[in-house]
Amino acid sequence: MRYMTAQSASAAAMALAEEPGKSRVLAGGTDLLVQMKAGNLTVDLVVDIKHIPGIRDIVPEAGGFRIGAAVANAELREHAGVCQQWPGVIEAAGLIGSTQVQGRSTIAGNLCNGSPAADSVPALVAADAVVRVAGPDGTHDVPVLDIPAGPGKTTLNKAQIVTSILLPARPARSGDAYLRFIPRTEMDIAVASAAVNLTLDATGTVTAARVALGAVAPKVVLVEAAAKAIIGTKLEDAALSALAQACEAACNPIDDKRGTIAFRTSTAGVLARRAAKIAYDRAQGSANAGASK
Amino acid sequence: MKSLHISTTINGDPVEFICDPDEPLLDVLRNRLHLTGAKEGCGTGDCGACSVTLNGRLVCSCLVLGAEAQRAEITTIEGMAEGDQLHPLQRAFIDGAAFQCGVCTPGILVAAKALLEKNPSPTDEEVRYWLAGNLCRCTGYDKIIAAVQVAAAEMRSA
Ligand SMILES: Cc1cc2nc3c(=O)[nH]c(=O)nc-3n(C[C@H](O)[C@H](O)[C@H](O)COP(=O)(O)OP(=O)(O)OC[C@H]3O[C@@H](n4cnc5c(N)ncnc54)[C@H](O)[C@@H]3O)c2cc1C
Ligand code: FES
Ligand code: FES
Repeated sequence: MRYMTAQSASAAAMALAEEPGKSRVLAGGTDLLVQMKAGNLTVDLVVDIKHIPGIRDIVPEAGGFRIGAAVANAELREHAGVCQQWPGVIEAAGLIGSTQVQGRSTIAGNLCNGSPAADSVPALVAADAVVRVAGPDGTHDVPVLDIPAGPGKTTLNKAQIVTSILLPARPARSGDAYLRFIPRTEMDIAVASAAVNLTLDATGTVTAARVALGAVAPKVVLVEAAAKAIIGTKLEDAALSALAQACEAACNPIDDKRGTIAFRTSTAGVLARRAAKIAYDRAQGSANAGASK
Repeated sequence: MKSLHISTTINGDPVEFICDPDEPLLDVLRNRLHLTGAKEGCGTGDCGACSVTLNGRLVCSCLVLGAEAQRAEITTIEGMAEGDQLHPLQRAFIDGAAFQCGVCTPGILVAAKALLEKNPSPTDEEVRYWLAGNLCRCTGYDKIIAAVQVAAAEMRSA
């Protein structure tokens, strides 16, 4: 194996493109190095992207935040602006592993690793985050939903790297939330998860929503029917039941000892319901916080 | 595999070493630099016995490449005492019998020190969450939490 540190995104893309063998990007290494040690992945070239100028920065942009691909989750959680604007994304990123794993892992790595249970991915999809991809042909922006392709697979080709993820600006009275179910209280992989991002009008009626589920299908699912079920409502019981039902209908989970199909499916509905209520409260709180300023 | 020549700083001292490109920092510390305080409990990021700080962040050294140490600042358990003077956490762990076999102890001390630098008065719950990635098969954790709190109190009053 060879190890190189790339000094620019284009240099990284070039090196990845030119490697005839197997190449991998190294961000925090909390997936990559585990896979290499397990012996199920032999890599010829590792390209460390952490020295690319700007790739560890969080920069305000157009009312939102651009998060560099090598920003460690521990750093992300310390950013007051992102915490205030996107609490659901922050709580999802904060669930990734232990303090030690937080010190290294990135949301871009979480996304690019392609796990259907990746915690930050449903929250990023609900947020409608935009991924900036650099390759030998230049740079382009892609909705986060277009990156995952199935367990361990993404739509990126071998020479493409994610350089940053944009969390967009959001209207007043918006809130988001992420919940997962694990059999323990810490350090485990989601059996089902749900993220909800919504916006309210001045009367507390939901005007826009995005609902995404994790760990219940080969890749993250954006459940448009679930969003429709709560738009125009104040999350009355009937609306929440319709939301949960739409989520259950969107599930296509695996069946294993950590969760049966039936369990994962009904859990996804319950989590979406609870996440919607938390997001709703946060949206109202953000309205109050805005008013008091 | 072509060996790499790495220049780094460990516990404040400049250090140079040669390593393989895929060699974990933990193996470099233990086998090449003979800093055997960090332990390999699992090698996969689950147990925290290999905890060190890298540029001020608590990490598992089993999931860092030695090559990544280039121009970085690393601290290990070997840097915790000042000469013969044990760190308050080290004393609290001895006085409170907060270990049995001791395999988890260096990692827990390094992790607890990182916590107290960030949060000098954590609640027991905050200590437990912070140390959730440090597994101990012997103590049942209660004495560990208590020892961290004893050290935290002493450090606050110092
Ligand atoms: C003990 C432990 C507990 C964990 N717990 C959780 C958990 O609770 N929830 C969870 O979701 N995950 C968990 N993980 C998995 C892992 O920590 C996360 O997926 C993490 O976000 C990966 O980020 P990274 O920066 O370490 O990625 P890396 O390991 O560096 O990379 C992961 C993959 O993505 C590719 N990649 C990385 N960055 C880019 C980029 N910018 N462009 C293109 N490709 C890229 C790499 O080549 C590799 O294939 C855990 C891991 C460990 C070791
Ligand atoms: S040896 Fe590194 S976490 Fe277990
Ligand atoms: S004292 Fe033995 S593992 Fe903790």
